[in-house]
Amino acid sequence: MAVLKFEGATVGYGSKAVLRDVSLTVNAGEVVAVVGPNGVGKSTLVRAASGVLAPLEGQILVDGQDIQGLTPAQRARAIAVVPQATSLPGAFTALQVVLAGRTPYLGWLEREGPADLEIALRAMQRTAIRDFIDRRVDEMSGGEQQRLLIARALAQQATVLLLDEPTAHLDLRHQDAVLELVRQLALEGGLAVMITLHDLNLVARFADRVALLSHGRVRKLGLPAEVLTPDELQAVYGVRIHVMTHPIHGTPLVLSG
Amino acid sequence: MEEQTSAILSLAVRRAARGARGGTLAPWGWAGGALLIGLVLSAAMGPVPIPPLTVVKMILDRLPGLALGADWPATFQTILFQIRLPHAFLIALTGMALGGSGAAYQGLFRNPLADPYIIGVASGAGLGAVIAMAVRWPTTLLGMAAVPLAAFVGAVITVSVVYALARVGRTTPVTHLILAGVAVGTFTSALTSLIMLLSNQELRRAIVWLLGGFSLGGWKPVVAAFPYLALGLGALTMLGRPLNVLQFGDEQAQQLGLHVERLKLIVVVAASLVAATAVSFAGIIGFVGLIVPHLARILWGIDYRRLIPLATLLGGAMLLAADILARIILAPRQLPVGIVTAVFGAPFFLWLLRRAKQVGGW
Repeated sequence: MAVLKFEGATVGYGSKAVLRDVSLTVNAGEVVAVVGPNGVGKSTLVRAASGVLAPLEGQILVDGQDIQGLTPAQRARAIAVVPQATSLPGAFTALQVVLAGRTPYLGWLEREGPADLEIALRAMQRTAIRDFIDRRVDEMSGGEQQRLLIARALAQQATVLLLDEPTAHLDLRHQDAVLELVRQLALEGGLAVMITLHDLNLVARFADRVALLSHGRVRKLGLPAEVLTPDELQAVYGVRIHVMTHPIHGTPLVLSG
Repeated sequence: MEEQTSAILSLAVRRAARGARGGTLAPWGWAGGALLIGLVLSAAMGPVPIPPLTVVKMILDRLPGLALGADWPATFQTILFQIRLPHAFLIALTGMALGGSGAAYQGLFRNPLADPYIIGVASGAGLGAVIAMAVRWPTTLLGMAAVPLAAFVGAVITVSVVYALARVGRTTPVTHLILAGVAVGTFTSALTSLIMLLSNQELRRAIVWLLGGFSLGGWKPVVAAFPYLALGLGALTMLGRPLNVLQFGDEQAQQLGLHVERLKLIVVVAASLVAATAVSFAGIIGFVGLIVPHLARILWGIDYRRLIPLATLLGGAMLLAADILARIILAPRQLPVGIVTAVFGAPFFLWLLRRAKQVGGW
């Protein structure tokens, strides 16, 4: 079942296209990783998929509907975004942040009810941060803040989950924990997940499919073993690449130099 | 799962949930109490002092079904109800307007230095008001109700220009906002001065007004100001939750399902209406709109559902206190209250700067 679908979408700013003619489907239950060099347009793709940036050409559909035809609230009920945890209002409590995920279900003048609170608490339980309910955001670590943002996204009860570099500021243990959680959410919750990642070895271990971006296009789309090859990566990143097999996971292991 | 959820709804969770959804009642007691005390003290003080308890008794006596028996001089009646109380109410309303609109601007721009004075809104409103006064000096209730509308137009134009100038890409950096506000504010103030200099004698009264002199007396300005303030502050108070969501930034707020541009438009219009009304009746009073929301935030947190009404109450109390000072420092002469707020406000501003350096942010 296709949930998020790019149909010949050209995305960019003003009249300047960053990515041309993107056709890509993210199905329910799968994790699609978007990779490519700095500045190639990974975040632009996420912004377009979230609806805040209208495609210059083509369409982006969620459950068969053009997302540009939806209201912000309708979009937020279908698509949840996990941004980088860099600019959260520090004085908010964790629960306040997660309850913000209920915004698309509430009118401007409405307050959160017991049902919203329960959904928020479940989301915090799912991401193992329920002990932090009344902790201030600026007293939480980077990994905790990232899980907090995932909990906020879960509280939106959307079918599509977009994550932009969720592991950028995390240590090895937290990188694994966050990505393992994301994979479980796709498998068990049936979410369609699109994630941008720099670390190709994390991509190899946690993504079901990979979209490799280069020079304003999707250069290659397929299974990690099909995309993460020395030829493709050398052409895109311009460095010598060796690909081996991970001794434990059996997934591709990418080394440069 | 059910069991677990009810298990986590323990006492601690309930307390946190109450905090996240509204919080305790204590701040309302403090802010509301300060406002009431300020009103009574302001009404009690003057060349003919009335004991504060008598003030309370006289007001309660006016309420239907509460005849306490008048044991005070008849002159008190005139002084309290014709002079002191309207003055105290106008000051309280002005302070409430500055506190509430300041909190709303800060939330809107996600910028703790945004206040009606610094971002030039007050000067823009002043220009609008002076143009209206130049056409005809307001003496009737209708005339007094027209001035805030002219000030409102001036305020909305100014805030739009400042915001457009200060915007860099998708953000509004603190320094840009202040610089744009200073530039536009200086320009509109110059125009205001020019109009006043070129006009007839009558408009020179506007100079006292512009310094926050509260030259308008009686109940008329109170009655004229009230509907605008009730409308604007009521709207801002009800928009606390979406303003909270806006604190994540425009893009995240949009991704969370908020119609960001529509919200911003409504908040700008409501906050500018409130600030313009304050300027129309009390002139340009600086720092209250900056300090009060800061104080409320330091004391009671940044939840805008509470912050806007609390800053409103606290603003009324603060301006009443400043006005009492303005009346006793050089008694029997009365200083414009704008001078007092500036004298106390500027050092507070510097203290904020120091604090921001130490804690690494506003």
